[in-house]
Amino acid sequence: MSESNIIISLDHVSKWFGEKRVLDDVSLNIKKGEFVTILGPSGCGKTTTLRIIAGFETPDEGNIFIGGELMNKVQPHKRPVNTVFQRYALFPHLNVFDNIAFGLKLNGVPKDEIEKRVLRVLKMVGMTDYEWRNVDSLSGGQQQRVAIARAIVNRPAVLLLDEPLSALDHKMRKDMQIELKQMHKKLGITFVYVTHDQEEALTLSDTVVVMNEGVVQQIGTPTDIYNEPVNCFVADFIGESNIFNGTMIADRLVSFMGHEFECVDEGFGENVPVDVVVRPEDIYIMPRTDKGQFDGTVSSCIFKGVHYEMIVNTPDGHELMIQDYNAFEVGMEVSMIIKPNDIQVMKKERVCNTLEGEMIDSTHVEILDTSFECLPQEGLNSGDKVLVEVDFDKIDLTDDKRDGACEGDITFILYKADHYHLTVRTESGENVYVDTQDVWEDRDIVGVNIRPEDMRIRLAEAKA
Amino acid sequence: MKKLFARIYLGLILLLLYAPLIFIAVSSFTESKVLGNWTGFSTKLYSNLFSGTMQGAAGSLMNAVYNTLFIALIAALAATLLGTLAAIGIFYSHGRSKNVTMFLNNIPMVNPDVITGVSLFLLFVFLGISQGYVSVILAHITFCTPYVVLNVLPKLHQMSSNTYEAALDLGATPGQALWKVMIPQLLPGMITGFILSFTMSLDDFAVTFFTRGTVGLETLSTYIYTDARKGGLTPELRPLMTIIFIVVFALLVFINIRQERAAKKKALSK
Amino acid sequence: MAKLSNIIGKRSNWSIPYTVFLILFVALPLILIMAYAFIDESGRFTLANITRFFGDSDALSTFAVSIEIAIENTLICLLLGYPVAWILANNKFNRSGVTIIIFILPMWINALMRTLATADLFNMLGITLGKGTLLFGMVYDYLPFMIYPIYNVLRRMDPSYAEAAQDLGAKPANVFMNVTLPLSMPGITSGIMMVFMPTVSTFAISEFLTNNKIKLFGTIIQENINSSMWNYGAALSFIMLIIIGISTLLTGSGEEEAPAGGGLI
Repeated sequence: MSESNIIISLDHVSKWFGEKRVLDDVSLNIKKGEFVTILGPSGCGKTTTLRIIAGFETPDEGNIFIGGELMNKVQPHKRPVNTVFQRYALFPHLNVFDNIAFGLKLNGVPKDEIEKRVLRVLKMVGMTDYEWRNVDSLSGGQQQRVAIARAIVNRPAVLLLDEPLSALDHKMRKDMQIELKQMHKKLGITFVYVTHDQEEALTLSDTVVVMNEGVVQQIGTPTDIYNEPVNCFVADFIGESNIFNGTMIADRLVSFMGHEFECVDEGFGENVPVDVVVRPEDIYIMPRTDKGQFDGTVSSCIFKGVHYEMIVNTPDGHELMIQDYNAFEVGMEVSMIIKPNDIQVMKKERVCNTLEGEMIDSTHVEILDTSFECLPQEGLNSGDKVLVEVDFDKIDLTDDKRDGACEGDITFILYKADHYHLTVRTESGENVYVDTQDVWEDRDIVGVNIRPEDMRIRLAEAKA
Repeated sequence: MKKLFARIYLGLILLLLYAPLIFIAVSSFTESKVLGNWTGFSTKLYSNLFSGTMQGAAGSLMNAVYNTLFIALIAALAATLLGTLAAIGIFYSHGRSKNVTMFLNNIPMVNPDVITGVSLFLLFVFLGISQGYVSVILAHITFCTPYVVLNVLPKLHQMSSNTYEAALDLGATPGQALWKVMIPQLLPGMITGFILSFTMSLDDFAVTFFTRGTVGLETLSTYIYTDARKGGLTPELRPLMTIIFIVVFALLVFINIRQERAAKKKALSK
Repeated sequence: MAKLSNIIGKRSNWSIPYTVFLILFVALPLILIMAYAFIDESGRFTLANITRFFGDSDALSTFAVSIEIAIENTLICLLLGYPVAWILANNKFNRSGVTIIIFILPMWINALMRTLATADLFNMLGITLGKGTLLFGMVYDYLPFMIYPIYNVLRRMDPSYAEAAQDLGAKPANVFMNVTLPLSMPGITSGIMMVFMPTVSTFAISEFLTNNKIKLFGTIIQENINSSMWNYGAALSFIMLIIIGISTLLTGSGEEEAPAGGGLI
């Protein structure tokens, strides 16, 4: 590694569990002394990433460097990192002192020094006088502190924390967050922290790494991640958002909800489909008497402590979430303004489904491991590799999986102000993306149908 | 390399464990009176066994088999009933009565057979109960029921605590709630408990030996014991043991595959 | 009548029949052993049955031999069985939860029959029956009882303990000595209980395996009961109970949830 202040580096790391690819080409550099949080929903690969750093898993592809040295095949006990485990993994047959002294004893540290260091670290985590206690007799928060003490007493270059606060109650979690932050400052070592709690990630970290389905979505400071999400997933996962389908008309001019808005983004080209994110607190709401950019009607208003959270419907069928310090009563006619600075425009990852397939005969094509009927194709022979394009709103989902040509389950739901954008993982392991007005639930098992006239089939270009 | 070493080790231990069983199974296919003498392949022992006329030093072998099966069936049924009721009672009770019952429940599992046998023998003598079928069955219920209790209790822990109340709330009588809501959820534990009880009863020697009295009641185990002491095992025992071995093997594999599947399903649905 | 249905309706009462059964068929018989051990044939209190044992050189030497054989058997079973349990519980070598069945299956086959087959196997191989064959037969009989509880504990052990140890710098050997082995102690103690006590109290098996050359403690209990020496037999059983009590206290397995008995399959 050329940059000397980089302590951990993942270089195009991939990992499979059987058929399932849990990490997909993950690259990540962590600087010395940084507090880095890997954030994502369960099953996104964040824990696997941490376990690769700790050495409990080895990458199937790519390399892991710690302190500039290749670590792929180095055993966990030889790595300069220590882990705080999710459920602490305190040894139940040892008391607090022996748990903390475990690593020091193995390294042959002299007895009096062990004692000094254990007591010092106990003081640091606020557990003085607990050294002879049985670990099972401690509360969750206390076990947590012992687990941290056991890790940092070895003076690792990097401390890995795997959802360490997930077993604690809300109040305790808040307190521990502050303590962790202070501890990080005092120790000056690198913290790599894994969590699914976005608030925790934003509070604690210098750098947040957002992951989903084994892929790094965005790396940035908490402010960057919140204010400038790079895609719908990040926007939806971090904080509350209104997400729209839009069109970039020209530089600094975007259209969505049937209106044109000034914005600050440039370089997308002209008349390009984009995703637009506006945070609920960034929409200014006022009575209809003050003329705003567009109108709507309040359909719900809930007091949230500091602010009110309102749902506003526009005449063309969009539904917006708005947060404001003032309450607007249900049924009230209102008008809204969105400022250019508050509009985040994102490139669309895809504008339609593109599925790889193969012609079976002139009226059948195999995609998603299933034979689909298609319109008669001229110029294509059976066995030809083809690409099939289907628009998001041209895929039908059925309640009963047997009514579909193939089955899948809904893995991600994104509300886009006037419709849902669903990610459906089919049995073949491929994703199809569906726009629908119907309400589905996460993990629903559905049937997938595509009408012949909705497929655009073309010959796949032979790969070089 | 490590894997190979582990395999070889397991293989050697299996050889140790199975050598005598294989030895019995192989010699069940020859007619020789003496175990270990091979006098050519024959299925005569099997046909002798099934013709049911075998007489050994301890009387009719088939009689002993029937006795064994009858005792095992009655004892296992009674143990399952008693143990299931007990498990429900234990699960819903607290404090001392629960501890006392659990403590007593553990004793038959910790006690060596001889102690269980002698103590029950003294009980029957003390109470003046004549020893025979009844005493043997009671004794078998004694050492079987704890295993039913221990197999049903975990099912109670897994059961949502409100289902019984929900049934009552929806208008079921306690009896209906038990029969239609609780029993179906406890059934897997009850079946496992029943099969365990059945096989343990089949296998028992010591307890039966002390509690069968002097009326000439023979089960398979006591038959073998008497037979062996009077010199020379009835050769027909070999095919019988081979058959029992295969049946028990099938039963245990069945239970375990079922449990493994249930566990996997649960893990998947999480 | 309403009262009765109230009693039945309360589910905590459903264990009453079994509690009564346990008192009658478990507690009372054990009390009877103690009672018979301390009375003579005419029903008067006496210590003669107990003192007789300490003056009975045959019984004493049988007792010593039983303890010796039991210790040896337990040690051999532990040394042979622990690796088996460890390998079977280790995901690297075995992923199926059913493989263990093959190893504990023999314990469901009639022990007498297996013992006789073992003895005949030795006869066929021309090996003289004696202490060696007795030990071999005992190991063969009781090995599954050692493997199973240890396997159960190892299988259920949270893998993050071993990972935490590695993370803290322990080499594989250290992980085993400092974490895996101590955490599997409950399995080891219940394995020891399941092998040691039954070995001491075995009868019939030792006679068959040694051609009546070696008797174990269980055999003399049986001989006395069978020849109507109930009081002496009860006294010997009482001594046996004392040993059970002591070894339960020593291994501390009274507190364990008897994993061995708890889920034999």
